[in-house]
Amino acid sequence: MNGRSRGSLVLAVAAVILFGGLSIWLQAARDSMPLATSDNETLYVTERAAGRGVFTHRLLAADLYWIRAIQYFGSRSRVARVRQTDPFEPPPSLSLETPVSFDQLYSLLDISTTLDPRFNIAYRFGAIFLAAQYPEGPGRPDLAVALLKKALITSPEKWQYWHDIGFVYYWNRHEYRQASEAFQRGADLPGAPWWLRSLAATTLVRGGDRETSRLLWRQLAETAENEDARHAANIKLMQLDAIDQIERLQTVIDAVAARTKEPVTSWRVLLNAGALRAVPRDPTGEEYRLSSGRVTVSSQSSLFPLPVEPGSSPRP
Amino acid sequence: MKTLGWIAINGFREAVRDKVMYSLVAFAVLLIVASYIVGELTAGQDVKITKDLGLSAIGIFGLFMAIFIGIGLVSKEVERRSIYSLLAKPIRRSDLVIGKYLGLVLTLVVNVAVMTAALYLVLAYLGTEESDLARQAREAPLLDPALLKAVGLMLVQLMVVTATALFFSTFSTPILSAVLTFLVYVAGFFSADLRNFDQVVDSRVVQALARGLYYMLPNLASFDVTAQVVHGLPITWRYMAVTTAYGLTYITILLVMSATIFSRRDFK
Repeated sequence: MNGRSRGSLVLAVAAVILFGGLSIWLQAARDSMPLATSDNETLYVTERAAGRGVFTHRLLAADLYWIRAIQYFGSRSRVARVRQTDPFEPPPSLSLETPVSFDQLYSLLDISTTLDPRFNIAYRFGAIFLAAQYPEGPGRPDLAVALLKKALITSPEKWQYWHDIGFVYYWNRHEYRQASEAFQRGADLPGAPWWLRSLAATTLVRGGDRETSRLLWRQLAETAENEDARHAANIKLMQLDAIDQIERLQTVIDAVAARTKEPVTSWRVLLNAGALRAVPRDPTGEEYRLSSGRVTVSSQSSLFPLPVEPGSSPRP
Repeated sequence: MKTLGWIAINGFREAVRDKVMYSLVAFAVLLIVASYIVGELTAGQDVKITKDLGLSAIGIFGLFMAIFIGIGLVSKEVERRSIYSLLAKPIRRSDLVIGKYLGLVLTLVVNVAVMTAALYLVLAYLGTEESDLARQAREAPLLDPALLKAVGLMLVQLMVVTATALFFSTFSTPILSAVLTFLVYVAGFFSADLRNFDQVVDSRVVQALARGLYYMLPNLASFDVTAQVVHGLPITWRYMAVTTAYGLTYITILLVMSATIFSRRDFK
């Protein structure tokens, strides 16, 4: 090794040491600047660990799990609805087939929101999926609330999650005091809309009242973050309208039955008696069904099955 | 300096002749097709998913370019025996290494710029179909300039990977270089765990070793700010500056070592 060569080697080693020291200093400086993120522990893995599992592409992985959750929910819900409306399908208590399972839904949503803890739509839509009653969903409002509370760990400033928790307590669990508390907590947050506070008060005083339910769904339709959520809220509003109409029709039917002393078995009887001018239709335009003197929505209608209203016994 | 520029431009031309640009077309088509398909599947999350998909695609395509072109910078010259004619010219070996590296960086910059433009175009198109509801619900602007922060740091990350590939290729075979670079890339995402080793291990020797490794391996996870950008969270200019400075320092170390090894390599 000649002198020049030795000199350049020494220079290279010195440069590596110098820049190595600078690199360590910069690394330490950057470590003291944490980025806005959450590091919450979950049942499966932490966000960081999950993120490293897919290197830098954890948002994409979260999207894939979200798409899987939607497809899983949609396909299961469709099968369950088809079974429910099949006239040859025996009642669940006599059926040999087990009910359609939604057991992976929460796991898929949990993984998706673990990979992307700010995946707003996965929390809000996921909670609707989880809380939906069978056959539309698994009927697990407890898991819906758990998912929304997980959202609040990352985004405690979002009143929308408290609104959704209150909604689940109101509509799915019929626990009006807790619903009111959740609405109130949302209303206390900066940027919350004025109506959330009045919703909290109304829920506490008149929980279970159909008008309160209507108000709740209307607010949800108006504040929906996408067309699907707005459509779902509008369906619920139409279902409430259908319940109103069915109650009025039932009064007419009962009156005709009392006058003729015979059960009303078809719309023709009512038309001939002059009680109705046409076969009544639900808000979607589908004809109502009349069976054994009771009015129901057709199984072909997008309003089928009608929801169990808070504060009422299950619909037959 | 002129020599460096000449080598860099030639390196860029060579990379273009390597049909790298075709991957861009593939990327753009993939992105456009995917964003249309996912829009139908994701309950109104097409903009978020297009951003996620677009940024991930830039990272993945960029990584392939960085590794597979990076390892060939030196080995191709040796393989084709064109290294002899190059070394016969009045060019310093260190200039050759650094010039070739700059050529590849230029290729990466052009590729990433085209991919970013494609991403913005797709987002702009999605904007024409976006409903008022979706517009109000968005966490970040559709054509968010902050996307450039994520792309910028991703570019620095790719430059680190390229320098790593170049470093290994100065003393190893192309396949081994690719494997080693990929291993460093993977380790680079886990290196932050080494920092917290003292919380799980009692041995002081292991703790010191882990901390040493933490500073030795490139911390590639710190260049990833896609989550913050997609969700409209703040990324300070100070963070950008320190992380970029860290990346450039790391690249300098790798280039000094690559140039030193290459200068001492015997091609007889």
